[in-house]
Amino acid sequence: MTQSPDKPSGTLPDTADAFLAAGGTLRHAPGPYFGNYGGRWMPESLIAALDELADTFDKAKADPEFTGRVAELNRNYSGRPSLLTEAKRFAAHAGGARIFLKREDLNHTGSHKINNVLGQALLAQRMGKTRLIAETGAGQHGVASATAAALLGLECVVYMGAEDCRRQALNVARMELLGATVVPVTAGSQTLKDAINEALRDWVANVHNTHYLLGTAAGAHPFPAMVRYFHEVIGEEARAQILEQTGRLPDAVCACIGGGSNAIGIFHGFLDDRSVQLYGFEAGGEGVESGRHAATITLGRPGVLHGARSYLMQDEDGQTIESHSISAGLDYPGVGPEHAYLADIGRASYEPVTDSEAMDAFRLLCRTEGIIPAIESSHALAGALRVGKRLTEGRKNPQDVIIVVSLSGRGDKDVATAAEWFNLLEKDTPEAEIGAEGEQL
Amino acid sequence: MSTTAIISKTAAAIDRALADGRTALVGYLPAGFPDVQTTIDAAVALAENGVDVIEIGIPYSDPVMDGQVIQAATVQALQNGFRVRQVFDIVAGITARCDAAVLVMTYWNPVMRMGVDEFSRRLAEAGGAGLITPDLIPDEAAEWFEASDKYGLDRVFLVAPSTSPERMAMTVKASRGFVYAVSLMGVTGARANVSDAAQRVVEAAHAAGAERVCVGLGVSKAEHVREIGEYAEGAIVGTALVAALGSQGVDAVGRLAAELSSGTPRSRTGA
Ligand SMILES: Cc1ncc(COP(=O)(O)O)c(C=O)c1O
Repeated sequence: MTQSPDKPSGTLPDTADAFLAAGGTLRHAPGPYFGNYGGRWMPESLIAALDELADTFDKAKADPEFTGRVAELNRNYSGRPSLLTEAKRFAAHAGGARIFLKREDLNHTGSHKINNVLGQALLAQRMGKTRLIAETGAGQHGVASATAAALLGLECVVYMGAEDCRRQALNVARMELLGATVVPVTAGSQTLKDAINEALRDWVANVHNTHYLLGTAAGAHPFPAMVRYFHEVIGEEARAQILEQTGRLPDAVCACIGGGSNAIGIFHGFLDDRSVQLYGFEAGGEGVESGRHAATITLGRPGVLHGARSYLMQDEDGQTIESHSISAGLDYPGVGPEHAYLADIGRASYEPVTDSEAMDAFRLLCRTEGIIPAIESSHALAGALRVGKRLTEGRKNPQDVIIVVSLSGRGDKDVATAAEWFNLLEKDTPEAEIGAEGEQL
Repeated sequence: MSTTAIISKTAAAIDRALADGRTALVGYLPAGFPDVQTTIDAAVALAENGVDVIEIGIPYSDPVMDGQVIQAATVQALQNGFRVRQVFDIVAGITARCDAAVLVMTYWNPVMRMGVDEFSRRLAEAGGAGLITPDLIPDEAAEWFEASDKYGLDRVFLVAPSTSPERMAMTVKASRGFVYAVSLMGVTGARANVSDAAQRVVEAAHAAGAERVCVGLGVSKAEHVREIGEYAEGAIVGTALVAALGSQGVDAVGRLAAELSSGTPRSRTGA
């Protein structure tokens, strides 16, 4: 609807199934547009930097030295490939379907975020930029960015909402230990979206020596396609691993959706496999009817925020609505444009998972598998339980249903939140106080 | 050109100033800061004190191109209950009382949300001259081209020190009214000096065929206006006016506008 005449109309279809049946591919969509979504809704001042980044990225992808360096760091620094672990005792609660966890929690720094950060930091170096800036909500992407900056000898400044800084004091310390400067953002709602605004303001002023290391598959082109590219390794590995372990493709792949980077990374491996259902689980917060949630695709409507046209939580005036989630990493009122497109063409389904469903799944995974998941990832786990029950209903051999879940991160940072949620803390202890403030350690 | 039939209100206001031997003065105020009536009164005070083009900004939740003073003002406007549709009342209120051209400056999502056609229709009905669009580049503006032609509105796009020659040519061609030359790589806010980059941006815009180029960002003094007048058709002042309104009210806005106007007489004829 907003396509300019000079835009490539693209070969992407309006509906997925017939297109895939006819041998079409949804993989490697290059942007800037994914159907009606994506683009560059950005100040002119930043367009030259976006052009330079897109150009550098295109050349780097085709350069074996670059791809080799990324692969080497993934292997010898992050610890890839990450495992694919069957969760048998957990799966007993999913109607008996078989559930496999893609263990991004085992990566260095504890989540999938490192995949993107290493790739972009290498691109920054290629462009001769000496300074990285990043936004962070929970602190995971900030920690990953500070890590990459330390590894490559770059300066790093992380913008973080003042409210989040207070809630995540230990992650602030972690970033500082890694040599980064953390700037508390007091503008607006003092959370993730305001941290992005402030990072963009910094970028406009310092673009000559600074790369903005955006932490999710959202924002202006080339970010959505580029961030996906660095996370595609999740889906490539998972697809090969599930084939090796079970001899066939899964029935469903489940992931949580903040901006959508871990989800698009794992989905990508299966996009052209028609038989594989793709599920994204958004933060339903206190319930979508409460208004306190981050269920952007479920309840939002198309608009532009932070450079891309996509689904957006907005009011009647087009003002962004503040999101809410127990998980800081999903607490974002926007979503990456490729997900908006996959939702519209029916290739992926997006559903909300509430705080309490996520926390139930969190505890269940702890107790049944000895794995403490990130609360973000717990949304995908709760979703997998739901999908498992749905797909096994009325089936004689429920174990024939196979589900792969993106376990995007580990829950060490969430221990205080979880302890508070489950009333594990004695009253009047310092830990209880921290938990009550929503601290994620 | 398909746009020749449209008489640009903004271009006409700038041309009147130039014909008078003055650099056009463009003044920005946020809509609804601190309330609708004050915005109208302050804008009229601008017009009565030598401002040729008035720019009314729509407060927005995520103003990435604005510095702290304008952010604080727009946050206050939103807290005071400002609604986007009130911008049309403000534009109508101003145009009823003075003959300055009135542009609306807006981030794009509020326009998209109302519908580009609907927004444009109501703006034209209110007597508005057009839009300044800080986060809309011509590449994404197909709907806006259509609506602005349909309702005879001006399209003020921004160019920056980082703008490539190709993009400069494309943006100048896409613009109507004037071309907004961002003086520096940064966000809105008063600065001690106008950046050296401003003149280069304006020269590049002129070379690409722009007839009217106005310089904004960091302009806050009569001396800046005088300096800009040596190479551009207009100077845009925002933060300084907003700060005056916030701290001392409508009269202070009028006094500052008069002071800024003292920088508009042009030493050379033409530009
Ligand atoms: C562990 C983990 N999973 C998921 C997310 C959500 O981000 P995305 O949707 O980009 O994967 C985050 C963000 O902080 C995270 O830390």
